[in-house]
Amino acid sequence: MANTAPAAQPKNVKSSFDIMLKQTVKNWQLILMVLPAVIIVILFNYVPMYGVTIAFQDYTPSLGFLGSPWVGFKHFIRFFNSYNAALTIRNTVLLSIYTLLWSFPIPVLLALMLNQVQQAKFKATIQTVTYLPYFISTVVMVSILNLFLSPERGFFGAVTDLLGIANPVNPITDPTLFRSVYIASGIWQGTGFQSIVYLATLSGVDPTLYEAAMIDGASKFQRIRHIDFPTLLPTVTIMFIMACGGLMNVGFEKTYLMQNQLNLGVSEVLSTYVYKVGLESAQYSFSTAINLFNTVINIFLLLLMNWLSDKMSQTSLL
Amino acid sequence: MARNANKVKMAKGDLAFTIITYIICILIFVIIAYPLYFVVIASFSNPDAIQRGEMWFWPVEPSFSAYAEVFQRSEVWRGYLNTIIYTVGATAFALLFTLPAAYVVGRKDFPLRRPLMVFFLIAMYFNGGIVPTYIQIMNLNMLDTFWAMVLPTSVSVYHLIIARTFFSSTIPDSLREAADLDGCSNVRFFFTIVLPLSKAIVAVIGLYTAVASWNSYMNALIYLQSDSMKPLQIVLRAILINNQRDAGSSVEVVRKAEMLKYALIVVSTVPIMCVYPFIQKYFAKGVMIGSVKG
Repeated sequence: MANTAPAAQPKNVKSSFDIMLKQTVKNWQLILMVLPAVIIVILFNYVPMYGVTIAFQDYTPSLGFLGSPWVGFKHFIRFFNSYNAALTIRNTVLLSIYTLLWSFPIPVLLALMLNQVQQAKFKATIQTVTYLPYFISTVVMVSILNLFLSPERGFFGAVTDLLGIANPVNPITDPTLFRSVYIASGIWQGTGFQSIVYLATLSGVDPTLYEAAMIDGASKFQRIRHIDFPTLLPTVTIMFIMACGGLMNVGFEKTYLMQNQLNLGVSEVLSTYVYKVGLESAQYSFSTAINLFNTVINIFLLLLMNWLSDKMSQTSLL
Repeated sequence: MARNANKVKMAKGDLAFTIITYIICILIFVIIAYPLYFVVIASFSNPDAIQRGEMWFWPVEPSFSAYAEVFQRSEVWRGYLNTIIYTVGATAFALLFTLPAAYVVGRKDFPLRRPLMVFFLIAMYFNGGIVPTYIQIMNLNMLDTFWAMVLPTSVSVYHLIIARTFFSSTIPDSLREAADLDGCSNVRFFFTIVLPLSKAIVAVIGLYTAVASWNSYMNALIYLQSDSMKPLQIVLRAILINNQRDAGSSVEVVRKAEMLKYALIVVSTVPIMCVYPFIQKYFAKGVMIGSVKG
């Protein structure tokens, strides 16, 4: 609909040479302004994108991207025949699905609840505190976890002592607790920040709707159920679809820092494996092949979700 | 009469609802604030008391000895200095490259605007992955240099889109037309008229980049080798997570190493907390601009 009304500006159709020259000079300045960004993106995005071809080569640094011998799907076959393929794919999928299921609804609930708080000061305090952990670095976050949850020292140890538990589990090294700790700390750190977009959507609700509902005798819960929730739904749908598009994208930073010898069986995901194979043991082509496999799945998921989003809400993300 | 009773009942239900809301809010406050508070008081306390589980609400035997220990370690100072250099550099380049580009792709009369946007969007959704990027940085002779820490991250397409949305929604076309008539060039128009009107977006992008740069460790892990180049987060990782200590593992050394951990967390996070009031204001703004599709 928006495209049917083109800007009405046929006033300067004088196509004299002078104006054309001016126009070109003007555009040259614009090109100059966009040029640095274009060069950076070519150097650090497009060239490495071309470099993905080494997944199909036996890459040797001295021969370069162009000179290394082609080997077809050799590295992919090697990966899929290895024990680590099933392990890392399974760990990646499980970690991201659990993360999505647990941590997606909580910011929505927080926003719905905070929206009910009338006292502006109280609300602002809660918001300030809930946003705060988002700005803690991953290294510090994982360090706090290690210190806090250590059974010998720190908070967890003190609590288990107090409760008289003799041999408490170690949440940092216990493989069965890795995902819980990862997800719970993610919720602790991200909920406040993720709720911002929902709170902003809720602040756009027309107050007369509430007044009308109150006159009709709607309780607070009914007002949330019938006014706030429907208002949030489109935003929630889009955020959910976007989150699904990133399902195979388990972040490297936190997982890598939370890994130890004891929990590797559940904590080794594709991104950490790609790093270790590629940069710690310098198997460039093999690592790139695994990463390419991951990227292809990501692209597929992204296109699928974009198509779904298009169908459901007429909002294309791409 | 019946109607009146109904009204009172409703209010009671709402009252319970309100009380529960406030209780949950306070609970959330405690769950988030207590661990942070714990870290701060632990940094002033005797580590043995923490280990014995004696510290809950106030520092036990408060002292600054852990902080003295932290500041004695030269790698912490060096890491701090490196991080400041990288953060300033990364922020400066990000603003210098992203903002003019964002303005240009937001100009409705710029003929190359659509192909350029496609060019940037492709870069947002696809990348070569860490190994090809590493090889490219190596080929550019940037490994173990300042440039590897500031240039690869200097153009964030996400920031570019936020800035573009901001420029095209706040700078009216008529303003540019007026400047045009007065013979003002595009470059001059951008730097003397658009930028002063866009302090908010400069703050948003500057703070986003600065915080991300201060907190990031992955690029440093991949691209830097020599100790003298390492930023604070890498130093923190070595001390806090990999338990790197000075030689020897006597009880006293271990005790000291444990003691300084809480203090180190506080010292490394203080700068972020100092700018937090600004961050909070502008980050929320950035999220909002970002969520409006331009």
